[in-house]
Order: sequence, then structure tokens, then C-alpha cells
Amino acid sequence: MDFTVALAQVKPKLGCIADNLAMIEAAVEKGIQEGAGLVIFPELALTGYFLKDLVPEVALPLDSPEIMRLVELSRHISIAVGFVEVSRDYRFFNAALYLEDGAIRHLHRKVYLPTYGLFDEQRYLARGERLRAFDSKFGRVGILVCEDMWHLSAPYILAMDGATTLFCLSSSPGRGITAEESLGSTSAWQKLTATTAMFLNCRVLYCNRVGYEDGVNFWGGSEAVDPSGSVTVRGKILEEDFVLARIGEGALRRERIFSPMMRDESLPITMKELRRIEKERAC
Amino acid sequence: MSILTVNAKLLRKILVGFIREEVTKVGISRAVLGLSGGIDSALVASLAAEALGPENVHACVMPYRTSNPESEEHARLLAEQLGISFEVIEITPMVDAYFGLFPDADNMRRGNKMARERMTILYDHSAAQSALVLGTSNKTELLLGYGTLHGDMASALNPIGDIYKSQVWQLSEEMGVPRAIIDKKPSADLWAGQTDEQELGFTYREVDELLYRMVDLRCSREELVALGFAPSFIDLIYGKVQNSHFKRRLPVIAKVSNRTIDREFRYSRDWGK
Repeated sequence: MDFTVALAQVKPKLGCIADNLAMIEAAVEKGIQEGAGLVIFPELALTGYFLKDLVPEVALPLDSPEIMRLVELSRHISIAVGFVEVSRDYRFFNAALYLEDGAIRHLHRKVYLPTYGLFDEQRYLARGERLRAFDSKFGRVGILVCEDMWHLSAPYILAMDGATTLFCLSSSPGRGITAEESLGSTSAWQKLTATTAMFLNCRVLYCNRVGYEDGVNFWGGSEAVDPSGSVTVRGKILEEDFVLARIGEGALRRERIFSPMMRDESLPITMKELRRIEKERAC
Repeated sequence: MSILTVNAKLLRKILVGFIREEVTKVGISRAVLGLSGGIDSALVASLAAEALGPENVHACVMPYRTSNPESEEHARLLAEQLGISFEVIEITPMVDAYFGLFPDADNMRRGNKMARERMTILYDHSAAQSALVLGTSNKTELLLGYGTLHGDMASALNPIGDIYKSQVWQLSEEMGVPRAIIDKKPSADLWAGQTDEQELGFTYREVDELLYRMVDLRCSREELVALGFAPSFIDLIYGKVQNSHFKRRLPVIAKVSNRTIDREFRYSRDWGK
């Protein structure tokens, strides 16, 4: 089906759940007013990014009042949002929820936690163990959180699981200034979203935050990429934005006819070779 | 084009945004900084005026009796061009009173004392005006340790601490810093005729080309030699970076508990902001 997605390119406050929930509610309202069927927020929109020892303090269980409030709002518009989840056994996950029609439809726990350069996620967070596509009003969807997207296998698995739309929730720090037009991190991501869409004949809906935490900027530039890899709409760089993109079923259908790579993708060959590699590596 | 050349418009946007957000998110609207008449503080003042509005930036010019009069003229020229408020506070009485007790003190002790005297004045103005102190140390100086700990290295926010001196020059052109300030030789201005490059024994442009490859690109010593850098120059600079590292860290805390500040007790400074 055709639909309008809103990419809420927001600026969360570090460790301030109540303020961020109010910010998210306001963006949800705006999405409803603009006639969007779906609103996507960045990674850790409810908490901010460089949490460090704040992780246990801002973590929420799935039945918390804050999550319930967002579930309630999803009666009017579907919502994808990032937060810190605490499980019953007190593991903390960098997680994303998909809420629709007043219910939690999907929980994705970030699998690839970057712990290099300026990142330190594995120190504070537990790793997710699943990559699963799910059905939504807008077709079959896969959710990735930021670094997940940099592991080829993650979007590949989701696409093989039938996803035709990938949501990527991101808190990407801006870095790598050169004489080029964009920061190194910006141009790398733009290549990645376009290439992923093109490889997998999938739409990519990328939502990145803005603002600064301890001198680190987040560069924004949220975008909707169609299944041919063309960017249809892109948000402002380094500024708050509310990006509305019209997503047409026709573009997906036509791309899948023109470039049927996913149709021709061989699961048996891939599995056979990966099993061989797994066996050889175990030796 | 040098490897250090940057997209100055993009850099300007990032640094202006940095000052605006990091100042206002703590509930403050103003900034204060020391204007030396040199390019680093001129650039920071220009960025701050754009970020906060010139009416929210206050400059202190703090000459000592041996300072070059041209420095104050350049500071005044810049402040007037930006439309920021400007005040001259002589540090000669305080510094001379102290060294009256230690007349044999060498130039290094005197220079450090002057830098720390200026720091106390800036922090007093910070309290008096509810304004954050902006730092003006660039990445080249910070890496070489060419600054006074708790003196000119002290600040609440440093917009230019991740850009090299060569990039300070480029961004200053973009910001419209007066030509006289851009073109003059960098100097700590502790005594007449002193220049940074004479004292360091190499030029900023030379050392920036090395530091960028050594620090930012993590080239190995062998790679740097292959690129044409003299081994003695590489070793000299590596030594300076290593031996000044203490200046870039908080004081070392003796650990006895299970949760020591900055070791297991880790929070961003923007905690709750």
C-alpha cells in the first residue's frame, strides 16, 4: 500500500526520560496531523546516546507506563522508537519497538554493539540475539539499530525473511572532517543506505538524531531510500527536522520486476557455504 | 591542497552549533573568553559571537607590562568588528607583587603565572556574568603540550581543541577574522619578539602535517619515514606528545574503593542536559 512516513529527526536530552517522552509525544501528534501512517524515531530517542552508567537508571521494562503510553498512541499512528530495555533477568538492551494499533508488534534488540573508537556499548549493554522480519500495515518490515546496518548479514537476513522495508534507527556521531562536502560519517552512511536498498531491493527508512552530547555532534540527514537505491527525501544536516516521505507500493513492485536479485538469491547455496565455513572455523 | 584542508563552512556550522547548544543546555546564555590579540582567541570569539549573539560574548584583554602593545590593538580591532563587549584588565600588579617574593624566577615560571592569573580573572568573570569560559587551545598546542596546565588550558568548553593550527588559519579566513591577525606570527607574547615557531624550533604547518598523520591517521613510524618525515623530527614530536599527556588528563586518583570516579563511575558531562 501507499503510505506517508514521518522521520522524527529529534534532539533527545541525555538521561531525561520524561522530557524525551514529551518530545516524542509531540512528534507523534505532528505525524498524526500531517497524515502520516507511521513515525520513526532515532536510536535511544527516549534516553539519549552516551549514557554510560546511566543505562540501568533509564532502562524500562516493556510494561512500564512510558511504553504503555506510546502503545496507546499507536492506535492513531504506527511508531518505531528506540529506548533502553531491561529484561526480567536484568540485562539491558539497546532496543527498538514497533507499536501498531495499540499493541507491541515487534521488539528488536541491537545485535552489533560497537565498542571501538568513540563507542563503548558492550561495556554497558547486552547483545540482542535475533534478526526477525515481521508483518505490519505497511508490508513486511525489518528493524535495525545503527551499527546493525554495518553488518551485511543483518539486512540480508531480514530481506531473506521477507522484509521489503528496512527501518534503521540511528544515533550516528558526526566525524571525519575533510575538504569534502560532507563529514566522513555522513558520506559513509549515505553510501550504505543506498547500497543496502539496491542490493536487497528494499526500501530503507533511516532516522538519525541531531544535537550534541559532550562535544560530539549527531548529524541528522534522515532519509527515505527507494528500492532502487535512490534517495527520495533527505532531512537537514545537523539540524532538527521532521521529514515526511510518501512511499509508493508501485516503486517496490517495479523494482522487484526490473531487478529480481532477491527472487534469485539462493538460500541453499548460502546456507551450505556458511555451514561449511562454520565447521572449518570450529576446527 | 594540504591533507589538513577542511570544508570550512561545514566546520563553522558544527562549531557554532557546539557553542550554542553546549552553553544553552546548562541554562546559560553567555560566554566569556580571554582575547590575546592572536588568531586562536580571535577565532573562538568570532564563533561565539555567531553562536550566542555578540551581546552575549564578553572579552577580557589581560596584558602584562611586557606584552606587545600591538596585541591589545588587535584584540580591540576584533572586538569592535564583532560588536562584543571588551574590557582591559592589567595583570602586571598581581604578577609583579607575587614575583617580588621570588625575584629570581625564570621566564617559564613567570609565563605560567601570567597564564594562571588570566585564568582566575576569566573564572571570576564567569561567576560575575553567569557566562561559561571558552577555551582557545587548538589541537596542535594540546598535543604538543604547548600551554599552561590550569592556565590557558583551563576552560568550560573548547570549540577549537580538535582542529590543528593550520585549520585555525583556514577557518579564520572563512569567519572574516581581520587580515592583520591572520597574517602575523603566532606568539605567546611573554616577552618582546617571542614567536611560537622560533621557540618550538619548527613551523606549525610542518608539525601539523606530521601530527595529522601520526595521530589522526595512526601511521606507523616506518610509514612516516617513508612519507619523508625526518626520523629525528618524528621522535621529537612523539616525545612531546607523550611527555605532555599529563596535561590532557584529570589528576590521577589513588584507587581504593570499588567505584572510583572516572574508572567505574562513568557519566557524560551532559548528564541530564
